[in-house]
Amino acid sequence: MRQWRSIAKEAMDRASIIVKFLCLLHVTDAYVVSSNHVLGPSMLPTLNITGDVVLVEHLSHRIGKLGSGDLVLVRSPLDPNKTLTKRIVAMEGDKVTFSLDPTRSFSSRSLVVPKGHVWIQGDNLYVSRDSRHFGPLPYGLIEGKVFMRVWPPSSFGLLG
Amino acid sequence: MGTPSVLWNVAKKCFTVGVISLTVSDLFSSIVPVRGASMSPTFNPKTNSLLESLSDDRVLVEKLCLSNYKFSHGDVIVFCSPDNHKEKHIKRIVGLPGDWVGTIYDVVHIPEGHCWVEGDNLASSLDSRSFGPVPLGLVKGRVTHILWPPNRVSSVERKTSRNRVSPS
Repeated sequence: MRQWRSIAKEAMDRASIIVKFLCLLHVTDAYVVSSNHVLGPSMLPTLNITGDVVLVEHLSHRIGKLGSGDLVLVRSPLDPNKTLTKRIVAMEGDKVTFSLDPTRSFSSRSLVVPKGHVWIQGDNLYVSRDSRHFGPLPYGLIEGKVFMRVWPPSSFGLLG
Repeated sequence: MGTPSVLWNVAKKCFTVGVISLTVSDLFSSIVPVRGASMSPTFNPKTNSLLESLSDDRVLVEKLCLSNYKFSHGDVIVFCSPDNHKEKHIKRIVGLPGDWVGTIYDVVHIPEGHCWVEGDNLASSLDSRSFGPVPLGLVKGRVTHILWPPNRVSSVERKTSRNRVSPS
């Protein structure tokens, strides 16, 4: 009988250590820094087409320290299960001029980014689906700022 | 000599409790107060602007729906406002992606990845009729139960209005 109690107690202790570790992992992943595998051609030449592992920090967007030129990880407005990596081109209140078809540069439109939104574009304008197609992005969809690439090792270093 | 280690232990306990409760509130469910009368009579049926926080309804918001963002017509959701990411609103989903929703002036098609939300109290609700369809990525949880005041503890039912929405 006493053996069961001591085994149960030890199991509870070990389980509580694992639970605490998983909770700490979640909080770090969601509020401090996390890693993300990004792939696709829409951010060439900044990010590779075959896939990079980047580190994303989740502090700047909560304290409002994002600006144009930052690489951000956002939740796609077209499919909430997907995340996109694009660059902020304009913040709220800025005027943005863009052309839907970069091969024909004489068709362009301008608009002012509304309050609470940002304008994101991929670095590779020819194949990127971004704000030029789905409009300004609500700030609440931004999940973090990409600041470093850790894989492949040949392009290890700070980004942006 | 003993006081720093006591303080350290208390700090460790507080940190552990904080991290665990933050994880539970992010991944499972949390309790939020409902402000305003835009969801009367479902929440806050009698608003009294003098007594604010004590008489507000408190509801249980579940976060398990955020794993695949699958919602149904009539779900009450919590979402970040598209105009100000610091504010959260609680409204009911009236239209899902692909639906056509009728407003006073015209019929709106809900694009992929968005939803149409309206408050139950249409007279005083700032919702999709003002700011358009809401991206599903802004949804932060679904309301399942009312927990306060005790005389109105119940589960929150889905309510659909079929005469205004035509599915895809």
